[in-house]
Amino acid sequence: MGVALDGHLLARALADPASVATLDSAGWQALLTMARAELLSATLAHRLDGIAKPVAAQRFLDDAKASCAQGRLVALWEVEMARRALGDLGVPVVLLKGSAFIAAGLAAGQGRFVGDLDILVPRAELDRVEAALLGAGWEWVKPDPYDDAYYRRWMHELPPLIHRERDRMIDVHHTILPLTARPTPDADALIADSIALPNGLHMLNSDDMICHAAAHLFADGDLSGGMRNLWDIHRLVDDFGIAGLAERARRHGLASAVRRALRLSHALYDTQLPDGWARSGSDDDLYLRRLTARDGWGRQTRPITRLAFYVRSHWLRMPPLMLARHLWTKWRKQAG
Amino acid sequence: MATLYRAASPDSLIVAPVDLLTAIYHRASGQTHLMASPAPEILDALAEAPLDAAALLAKLRADYDLVDADPAVLAARLDELVETGLVERR
Amino acid sequence: MRHVFSVAIGPVGFRVGSDWRGPVAALERLYASYPKPQDGIADFTVRLFADRPWRRFFRPKVMIGGDFVLPEAAPLSLEHGLLAAEMAMNLQMALGQRRYLLLHASAVERDGKALVMTGLSGAGKSTLAALLMTRGWRLMGDEFALLDPETGLIHAFPRLISLKNEAIAVMEAAATGGTFGPLLAETPKGAIRHLVPDTRSVAAMFEPARPALILFPTFGHEAATREVAPSEVFVRLTQASTNYVALAERGFTALTRLVAGTPARAIDYPDTESAIAQVEALWASL
Repeated sequence: MGVALDGHLLARALADPASVATLDSAGWQALLTMARAELLSATLAHRLDGIAKPVAAQRFLDDAKASCAQGRLVALWEVEMARRALGDLGVPVVLLKGSAFIAAGLAAGQGRFVGDLDILVPRAELDRVEAALLGAGWEWVKPDPYDDAYYRRWMHELPPLIHRERDRMIDVHHTILPLTARPTPDADALIADSIALPNGLHMLNSDDMICHAAAHLFADGDLSGGMRNLWDIHRLVDDFGIAGLAERARRHGLASAVRRALRLSHALYDTQLPDGWARSGSDDDLYLRRLTARDGWGRQTRPITRLAFYVRSHWLRMPPLMLARHLWTKWRKQAG
Repeated sequence: MATLYRAASPDSLIVAPVDLLTAIYHRASGQTHLMASPAPEILDALAEAPLDAAALLAKLRADYDLVDADPAVLAARLDELVETGLVERR
Repeated sequence: MRHVFSVAIGPVGFRVGSDWRGPVAALERLYASYPKPQDGIADFTVRLFADRPWRRFFRPKVMIGGDFVLPEAAPLSLEHGLLAAEMAMNLQMALGQRRYLLLHASAVERDGKALVMTGLSGAGKSTLAALLMTRGWRLMGDEFALLDPETGLIHAFPRLISLKNEAIAVMEAAATGGTFGPLLAETPKGAIRHLVPDTRSVAAMFEPARPALILFPTFGHEAATREVAPSEVFVRLTQASTNYVALAERGFTALTRLVAGTPARAIDYPDTESAIAQVEALWASL
C-alpha cells in the first residue's frame, strides 16, 4: 500500500491533512498512537479539524485537545506567577519555547504541549532573579554541590528550580546553548532585540525563535522530540517568513544549524523556502531517519541510529577532556 | 504608600458552597481551593477594587459583621491567599 | 508486536500488544463476551514487552509500556502476565482519561440508580461490588466509576473484577457458575484472581445510571453507619480521583454537583453479610 510505518505517516498527515482520507482503521490507529508518542496529538487534532474521520478517531483527537488545553492553562499560570515574582526587578525576562508561543498566541502554540517554563535573563542579573524566585516559593531541585558548581560554571542556565506548592519547574537561562558547546550565540542581542508582550514579559523576535529552535534541536539534544521541534520551526516560518534569518543565524554562529533545520522541515512538512535556500544536504537522510524513528505502536525504532545521535549530543555539549573529567568525578562520587 | 491587595476577578472564579466550607475553582490557574471564612469574604470584598489592609479590614467589619476582626489574623489570611495566587500584592 | 488483543469496556477501547501468547490468550478467554473497539480504533494502547531479546524466553520478565507509562515501574513475571495487562489498562485510564472524571470506586446499579463505593485499598469495595452483583445488582465496575461532567451520570466500566487474598475464597463460594481467571499466587499484592462480570453486567455496559448514594465502607469493625458531610466527601473524592486536576473546570463542576446532589454515608462492617444488609437498608431509606 505504500504507507510508511514510521514518522513520515505523521508528517504527511500534518503537512497535508486531506491525505488521511485514504487511511483504514489500522492506519488511523498507527497515526494516532504515533502522534501521541511524539507529543503531536493535539497538533494533529487541530490540523484535522473539519476533515472527515471515524468517530473513534475524532474522540481520541478531542481528548488530546482537552488535555492540551488544560496544560496550556497551567503553563500560562506559571508565566503569570513568574511575572509576579520578577516583574518589579527592572530586568528583561524573555520567555522561551512553548511558553512564549502560547503567551503570544502564535500558530506554533496551537496544539502545543508545554512543559516547564524556560526564561532567558541577562547573565549579570542571575543573582537577583534567583533571589526573587527563591523568595516567591521556588526551591532547588538537586542540592548536590558538584553538580551545582558544574552547572553554574558551564551550563547556560541556573540549576533547576521547582515551586514548592505548585510542583512546577522553571529553567532560568542566560544564553541558549551551554557555554561548553561550540556555537556561541549572542545572548545580549537575543535580549536587546526581544519583543515586549502585553504582560511586560518578553519573547525572542521571530528570527531568534527559529535560531533557538534549531540550536536546541541540533546542538543541545539527541533529536528526541525532533518532529515536534521541527513542526515549531515550520509554523514559525509560515507565520513570519525568513527575511533576515540568514544574517541573524550567522551572527549567532548558527547558520549551519538553521540551514539544516529548514531543509529537514521542508522534507517533512513541505515548508516553503524562498530561492537561495537549499532543499537538501549531506547527511539529511540520516537525520530524517533519526527523526522518524517511531512505529505504529508508539515505540522508538532504529536503535543504532539513535545511539549515534545520543553519543554525538554529548560530544557536542562538552569537549572530550571535560567530558572525561566530568564522568570521572561523578564515578568517584558514586563509588566512594 | 500601603501595599494594595488585588483579588482574582469574580469571573475567573467558580464558587460552590459545600456545607461550612467554600470550594473555589480558579480558572486562570486550574487550581481548586477549599476555603473557610474569612477567605471567601476577603475575595468578595476585594472583587470591585484593590484595597490596602486597613480598608479591607474596615470593609469586612462593615459588610460581614466580623466584629472581632484582628489585623494580624487578616494579614495571615492575606499571606495565604497571595501564596495561592488568588490575591496579588501591588 | 507479535500477539494482539483488543476490547471495548464501556466507552473506552483498548488494544494490547504482547511479546508472548500467554497474556493475550488469557485476555481473549476472559473478555470473550465483550465488544471490540468502535471503528477498530482503540483509545489506549498497552504493550507487554521483554526489555532484552533473550528475556522473551529466559526467565521472562514482562515490562509494561503503552501510551502512558510510569518510569521505573517494576516488571512482572510471565505467569502474572494477565495482571500486567490489567494494571497497564488501569494506568492508561489513570493517566490518560480526559472525557470522564475518574472516581476510584466500585459501582453497582439497580433501577437505573448507581451506588458508588469508595475508599482505601482493602476497604472491600471490589468484594462488596462483586457480592452485590451475585445478589441481583448490575455491576458497573470494581476499580473506576466514570462520571460524565455534562450529564452527571455514572458510566459503566466493567473490567475483570480483581479479587485479592481472602476475597478469592468468598467469591468462589458466592459466584457459582461465574467465570474466573487463573489463580495468581505471590503477586506484589498477594494472591489475585479475576472474576468476569456476569452476563447481565456485560450486556448492560453502555447504560449509564444516576448516582444515588456514595458509600465509604470500612472493613473490620462493629456495624455502624454515619452521614458524611459534603465537604468531607469532596475532599475524599478529589484525593481518590487520578484525573480531577486534568479535567480542570469540568472536573470541578462535575464533582461539586455530585457532592451537592448525592447523599453520602460511611459504614463500618464486621463481615460481608452485615455490609450487604446495611447497604440494602440504606438503599431502601433513600
